[in-house]
Amino acid sequence: MDVGNHGSPVHHDRKTLDQVVIRFAGDSGDGMQITGNEFTKTSAIFGNDLATLPDFPAEIRAPAGTLPGVSGFQIRFAAKDIHTPGDEPDVLVAMNPAALKVNLPDIRAGRTIVVNTATFVDKELEKALYMKDGKAFNPLDDHSLDSYRVIRVDLNKLAIESTKPFGLTPKESLRCKNFVALGMMYWLYHRPIEHTEKWLREYFGPKKQQLADANIAALRAGYHYAETTDLFHEQFEIPPAPMRRGTYRNVMGNQAVGLALAAAAKLSKTPVFFAGYPITPASDILHQISRYKNYGLLTFQAEDEIAAVCAALGASFAGSIGVTASSGPGIALKTEAIGLAVMTELPLLVIDVQRGGPSTGLPTKTEQADLLQCVFGRNSEAPTPVVAASSPADCFARTLEAVRIAVKYMTPVYLLTDGYLANGSEPWCLPEIQDLPKIDVHFQSNPEGFKPYARDPKTLARVWAKPGTPGLEHRIGGIEKRDGTGNISYDPDNHDSMVRLRTRKIAGIAHDCTPPLVDGPSEGPLVVLGWGSTLGSITGAVESAQAKGLKVARCHLQQVWPLPATLGGILSKYERILIPEMNLGQLWRLVRSELAVDAYSFTKVQGRPFTTSELLRKIEEVLKMPAHGSAHPLESKAQSGLLQETTETVGG
Amino acid sequence: MTPPNATLTKNDFKTDQEVRWCPGCGDYAILNAVQSVFPTLGIPKEKFVVVSGIGCSSRLPYYVNTYGFHSIHGRAPAFATGIKCANPELSVWIGTGDGDALSIGGNHLIHAMRRNLDVKVLMFNNRIYGLTKGQFSPTSEVGKITKSTPFGVVDQPFNPIHLALGAGATFVARSVDVMSKHLTSVLQRAAAHRGFAFVEIYQNCNIFNDGAFDHLVEKEIRDDHLVELEHGKPLKFGKAKDKGVRLRGYAPEIVDLKTTPTDDLIVWDEHEPSSALAFLIASMPERAMPQPIGVFRAVDKPTFDGELRKQANEVTATHGDGDLKDLLYSGDLWNVE
Repeated sequence: MDVGNHGSPVHHDRKTLDQVVIRFAGDSGDGMQITGNEFTKTSAIFGNDLATLPDFPAEIRAPAGTLPGVSGFQIRFAAKDIHTPGDEPDVLVAMNPAALKVNLPDIRAGRTIVVNTATFVDKELEKALYMKDGKAFNPLDDHSLDSYRVIRVDLNKLAIESTKPFGLTPKESLRCKNFVALGMMYWLYHRPIEHTEKWLREYFGPKKQQLADANIAALRAGYHYAETTDLFHEQFEIPPAPMRRGTYRNVMGNQAVGLALAAAAKLSKTPVFFAGYPITPASDILHQISRYKNYGLLTFQAEDEIAAVCAALGASFAGSIGVTASSGPGIALKTEAIGLAVMTELPLLVIDVQRGGPSTGLPTKTEQADLLQCVFGRNSEAPTPVVAASSPADCFARTLEAVRIAVKYMTPVYLLTDGYLANGSEPWCLPEIQDLPKIDVHFQSNPEGFKPYARDPKTLARVWAKPGTPGLEHRIGGIEKRDGTGNISYDPDNHDSMVRLRTRKIAGIAHDCTPPLVDGPSEGPLVVLGWGSTLGSITGAVESAQAKGLKVARCHLQQVWPLPATLGGILSKYERILIPEMNLGQLWRLVRSELAVDAYSFTKVQGRPFTTSELLRKIEEVLKMPAHGSAHPLESKAQSGLLQETTETVGG
Repeated sequence: MTPPNATLTKNDFKTDQEVRWCPGCGDYAILNAVQSVFPTLGIPKEKFVVVSGIGCSSRLPYYVNTYGFHSIHGRAPAFATGIKCANPELSVWIGTGDGDALSIGGNHLIHAMRRNLDVKVLMFNNRIYGLTKGQFSPTSEVGKITKSTPFGVVDQPFNPIHLALGAGATFVARSVDVMSKHLTSVLQRAAAHRGFAFVEIYQNCNIFNDGAFDHLVEKEIRDDHLVELEHGKPLKFGKAKDKGVRLRGYAPEIVDLKTTPTDDLIVWDEHEPSSALAFLIASMPERAMPQPIGVFRAVDKPTFDGELRKQANEVTATHGDGDLKDLLYSGDLWNVE
């Protein structure tokens, strides 16, 4: 059914916009992630470019209605090429008072807020701390929202009324209210509802048909209610974005990693053995690929993080491509085994889906502060390459690249993604299978003159000889060894030369890696250098700056360590370097120490991505700063409207 | 390179590496037993993998001429899991010690046991940390004076057999380093077992814990301190086999068969599904009662690596060999012309 073609009782102007940002927010039990995902899929199929930002609490179900229990999903969809989920929502859908309170600081005056009036009652207001003099007050009644366009809807009532025919319990009926809200948004932005209807039928299956029917009824009720009551006075259209020819699907970062691991097994004709331990936000990779058992991929949920990496490395020794995935705290536990992978020179892919830290930190929020952990975080000299994904879809290509390096150079490789990439999504123009990169794997089979540490003269990679091959029996381990034979050696000169040899091998990857993504003028007053998930925000800000006539270029690293060999030459063409990072200047330190160049650091560690506007402001500011200057990360932080930097002092 | 089908000998499993254990160490006897057993198993030389962690015992792979992986402290069972799952045709052996297996690596050991991973674990138990020069281990006795316990150990020790039984190991056995015939036969039994085999080997550290097992190995007294478990046979011990073990309630007790002839001695059944009785006899206090050696338990259960493969094969049989294009081009797709 294309409800958009229904005869309409009220005449609506349909305005065309080139982009919209919606944020769905509610209690973590209100189904906001599902609502957001459905809106995303529908907009993707409609042909918009889009970017999403799920934002959920660490607790599975914090006490219902409280501020910590608020879950959000932001989507930006556009008729043009976009790079981020957007700085500020045009519409906030607040399912309860807590959702309103948590999200209001991000909403600019004049924007639209849809509230579920049924939840603005004393009990819920108290839980959201809308309290004055020990009594609850209602922000819908005190004119505090007068600068916004507030749309009041009793979603509970609509949910109950619309689902009456299906014999649901009152609780079940109420759970359909997110689909009422979704239906309203579908009308407002003139989206087809049939994709969500189809999904609901598949999701509930024939056994729970009445739940599918009820949710569909709620969805339609929201759609028609918006239409017939003239709730919004107008309707908007966001035409499809001009996009590259091809077949598309929407993809989240963790999903793209999982797909790439199946692709790696196929492309290398070598089994992939994935071992992981549950950890947020990496677990979805394990969930997904555990379904790919017919793709040459085995999965093992280990007893702990250490066992996971050790099993993966054991599998690599036995001739599989060993892979493990985790987040910061888990990566810390795996460190010793990664050192062994360096020493035994076996391929190993270590995926770090970064989250806020240190320690447990902010498990569901994003950060990119594990870079130095991956570059240096092992005992002694244990060089390890680091590849970083810069968008959800880019996770696919970067995973394949990391596997390529691991097997070509016989080394552990880190792939850095983060919570934002892992759970964020974007349309992905699917590659042709024949265009995917080759991953050459060669196992030694000739016993003639076999030495386990014989090397390729060009890459310095040692041979890969797997158990079961007659005549190649050999022993490897963590003790220092003589090159060639691999026999234990405690000789001081040998150790010195082996440490240098392993380091040279990894340094060589600087000449055989993905070059930095450079955009804009090839010389000039400023280049913004980044890595990882900041690509979208940086691109948006740089494009805005260029539109203002500012001469700004962008240089983004997909290979972070070793730094690509061309990087020094690229950076030398600019008078200023600005490095925005969601950490306290980790790439800034690497670039300064490796290339001996000064750079302005710009840092933000709030568990959420940079906004385009704050980056644009910084670009404008740095352009006025001295050429070849430097700003220390601690001196240069992103401002936040919500947080004030305070220090509690003893004796206060 | 050994030609296929050639008869392997002990020498085929010796490496050119100089063995660096202390002279007189019990590890030599264990190495000897391993090198004697491997050629008798009918497994091609290249299909063995010896995995180890860290410690004196963990040097084992360097001295056995097949594939070997000397890994990191305590993690050998985890490496072995990856190796065995990646290639189930390999015969995977783990050399480990009481510190490596029960202290830093306890978690991996118990989980490999509960999964019934098809690997063979030789745990050299010398009740001391040797390579780090003499600290107490999780099997050291209470009160023992060591480098790190100058006033005596206050920890209660693990009983490794209890741990293995409790974690669900499907094959649990014990032997002694210098009892070469017994050790060889236990290793052969372990090799023949399909599933996790745990073999505790009492091993003398002549530098830091010399004589720990003298009562079990000295000719004059050993028969009074050891009882050999043999499937289907009653538990009898003593030089003249004139003493036996029976149960009184939940407690094993010694019977002097000369004065009290009896027909209610425990008759050993290693296939008994319940490990309760094995647990009871493993509890017999050392010195006051004989220490059982031999096979405590040998039961048949599906192996982890076997089930993992089986599941993957079943999925492949049902859905066919995965096609990459089908996978990437799945879900909600749309075309841009």
